[in-house]
Amino acid sequence: MIEVQNVTKRYGTTIAVDNLSFKVEPGQILGFLGPNGAGKTTTMRVLTGYMPPTEGKVIVAGFDVFDNPVEAKRRTGYLPESPPLYPDMTVREYLEFVARINGIERVGRQSRIDQTMGRTSIEDVADRHCGKLSKGYRQRVGLAQAILHNPDVLILDEPTAGLDPNQIIGTRELIRSLAGDHTIILSTHILPEVAQTCERVVIINKGRVVAEDTPENLTGGLDGATTINIEIDTFGSDPTATLEAISGVVSAKSNSDDNAQTCSVEVKTSKGMDARRDLAHTIVSKGWGLLEMTSAKRSLEETFLDLTTSEDSEDTFDSVDETIESIS
Amino acid sequence: MKNIYAIAHKELRSYFVSPIAYVVVGFFSILFGYFFVASLSIMVRFSTQAGMYGMGGPQSININEFMLRPLLSNTAIILLFFLPFLTARAYAEEKKSGTIELLLTSPLSDLEIILGKFLGALSLFILMLAVTAVHMIILVVYGEPELGPMLSGYLGLFLMGASFISLGLLVSSATQNQVVAGVITFALLLLFWVLSWMADSVGPTTQSLLSYLSILEHFDDFSKGVIDTKHIAYYISFITFGLFLTTKSVDTERWRG
Repeated sequence: MIEVQNVTKRYGTTIAVDNLSFKVEPGQILGFLGPNGAGKTTTMRVLTGYMPPTEGKVIVAGFDVFDNPVEAKRRTGYLPESPPLYPDMTVREYLEFVARINGIERVGRQSRIDQTMGRTSIEDVADRHCGKLSKGYRQRVGLAQAILHNPDVLILDEPTAGLDPNQIIGTRELIRSLAGDHTIILSTHILPEVAQTCERVVIINKGRVVAEDTPENLTGGLDGATTINIEIDTFGSDPTATLEAISGVVSAKSNSDDNAQTCSVEVKTSKGMDARRDLAHTIVSKGWGLLEMTSAKRSLEETFLDLTTSEDSEDTFDSVDETIESIS
Repeated sequence: MKNIYAIAHKELRSYFVSPIAYVVVGFFSILFGYFFVASLSIMVRFSTQAGMYGMGGPQSININEFMLRPLLSNTAIILLFFLPFLTARAYAEEKKSGTIELLLTSPLSDLEIILGKFLGALSLFILMLAVTAVHMIILVVYGEPELGPMLSGYLGLFLMGASFISLGLLVSSATQNQVVAGVITFALLLLFWVLSWMADSVGPTTQSLLSYLSILEHFDDFSKGVIDTKHIAYYISFITFGLFLTTKSVDTERWRG
């Protein structure tokens, strides 16, 4: 339904998107992930025909976006990063204008608008001016604008930005309900959102695709390594050396300060090795107290950070890692 | 056509929900009214003097020659000041607020968007001219102006205003700052206006070129009551060229992103 073929976009000498290719099958929801400045918005703008690519081509619903822009745009709904609202129009007037420029016939236009306002739950602001809406409403009016003409393809740039938790859940449900009839690409920086909403994920960094898979496979880990968190009462001694000696353990990192009685250790094991039995056995035979052992599934955050910061130095990686930990 | 109408309707509407339409039309009417009264009183003085010195009485003073022509020329100058304010926002505001993204990703061609915006501004301009028509009706009721030169004068004003709007759209499409758009439009129009002033001090080829390009030169004949296809062709090509360059400008913006 959407085919991106070797798209490159340069602004002057800056390369925003570098030889990007991917495909979205009809009815799929594709999550588009990447750090700020990775080229997400640029890619979406190329997909919607807002700007032409420097090289490559894009086919949406069977139409080349640049040879046949009007037909491609007729089948595309787009919610840009900031909703394109006219501040001096009421929500209803705005949607009427959008309906007109999308060629929705006068007959049935009102009912279509009412129905769309219902779906995005913005009926209660129908007669308010767009300029006076809160961020959450603006976002939803923008979404209403994108789905109003019932397009085959929906391109949503951070659709849940600025919404409160209830609205986020509502919007996600709406997006999921749109899949099937519509092919959706959504970009986001909220990682759990991808896991909950999308069937496929494309992670891009510096304008290139660094991973393309299902959220399950991505969280399953890049190299299959698992992390085990253990809390041990070692009576003051450092357990890391002992634990690292166990076969299958790649690294052990103690997170406690020196004078604490108990320490928590993060153990990384190599692919396919379940080291929990050996770990427990070693700890108990040492006479330490095994207080807690949990196997942590690799989160999408970790995968994401691995993929998008791998070229940076180890130091920055660690500090980012710690920031993420302190946030969570 | 439907699309052009949708854009034009939106443009005209936004002139009226913001104070722009009321301020522009309102103050234009005040100025026009003032000029009307001023030229009327000058003409009255002239005709009394003419009567006193035995030049055949008030009847010999031609109302078209003494009042209408200067009035229409002055109106052209007022338009030079006012129209840049109408078009300054056309693209600049859309770009600033990001709504340009809606327009450029909707199934509309660039030309449809531009023509829509052109017609929107043109409609408001027609409304401005319509307000002045009230004065003309008063003139027709109480005086005996020739209708021909009056109508040709209005045709001239209309074509000239449309040219101003076309240039204004072009400038607005190249910036996202309304003040910048307004100032550049005004400066360029003024330059086109006074282009012929240099005509006398340059060589013959440049002279004819300069006076051909000058907006003012082409308006003169209209206010005299002469409808020359040469002048109509000038304005039509000015408008077309302006709109054509606007499509190119919008396209360039796209590439630059």
